[in-house]
Amino acid sequence: MNKTIGFITVVLCGAMLLLGTADFPHWGDPQSPASRHVSPYYIEKSIPETSVPNIVTAVLADYRGYDTMFETTVIFTAGIACFFLLRIRRKEPIIRYYRHVPTGITLRIEKGAKLPEDSKVFDRIDTLYAPHDLINKTTARLIIPFILIFALYVIAHGHHSPGGGFQGGVILGAAIILFAISYDLRSANRKMSERAAALLSTTGVFIYAGTGALCLLLASNFLDYSALALILGVDPVTARSHGILIVEIGVGLTVMAVMVWIYYNLSSRGQHDEGL
Amino acid sequence: MIWQLDFIILTLVIISGIAAISIKDLLGAAVLFGAYSFMMCLLWSIMGAVDVAFTEASVGAGVSTVLFVAAVFRTTRRSRD
Repeated sequence: MNKTIGFITVVLCGAMLLLGTADFPHWGDPQSPASRHVSPYYIEKSIPETSVPNIVTAVLADYRGYDTMFETTVIFTAGIACFFLLRIRRKEPIIRYYRHVPTGITLRIEKGAKLPEDSKVFDRIDTLYAPHDLINKTTARLIIPFILIFALYVIAHGHHSPGGGFQGGVILGAAIILFAISYDLRSANRKMSERAAALLSTTGVFIYAGTGALCLLLASNFLDYSALALILGVDPVTARSHGILIVEIGVGLTVMAVMVWIYYNLSSRGQHDEGL
Repeated sequence: MIWQLDFIILTLVIISGIAAISIKDLLGAAVLFGAYSFMMCLLWSIMGAVDVAFTEASVGAGVSTVLFVAAVFRTTRRSRD
């Protein structure tokens, strides 16, 4: 019964949405309101005003910078929400398992005897059996540097090509998540701890909002990067271009840290043990 | 815009969307959702919205699939209804 009601509701809503889209202007219609009033301004003015060839980036980070700041804040809030919902302090188990890597023998160590945490020969594992994944580890180790370089390129080259802080940050985070999947969560946690993730995510939002506040201090509007010309020592148009890069770096930091943070909490039920 | 290509990809979007919500296996649903995101990414790039396509590819098909899989691994694999 409930399913029938749900189905009817979904079909009705879908039909209404489809009816609504019939009133939309056609794809690429030059007479649509957006093409007549909004787009020409950006197409004509974005290069002389911001010297950024990619109009999408100029609109996203400069003309509509206030929106993007709160998008970054939304991502930050998502990370915080996952942390508060999932994170629990893990009780150290009485029995620990270690694997002797060269031979593959699993050691069962009861309370009292302990092995050093960062031994190269012994690997901490959480269950009696964890599969060997030499091929995965080697492949990931080969790929990850290139992914990181590509992510930095995407962030820094957002002015000229598609990309920017959000995409580059996600790719950066995906590289670290790939590391966490191919190794285990403990190794990833040693490379980038939860504290680092939390600090970086706040730093990103702080960079974005701080840039806006800096413009305010330099007697200009909030997030009007042309005011940064005084500090950067360039003309106001170039300053807007540089300001976009600064906030993109902030966005990238937040997105990267939050993606990694959410993955840490989600994949280990908030316990930060072995993970997937 | 080539309409045949558009048509094929739109059909695939609808198929993978319906399959993702009707399949019993949760891991399969996560993978189908990744396929759905990738097809949407192709659609965006056909329509010329390259930035959106890039975001869809990295967030939708990349990280969110990983997060779904991570969540599925912490559940029982089949849904009960």
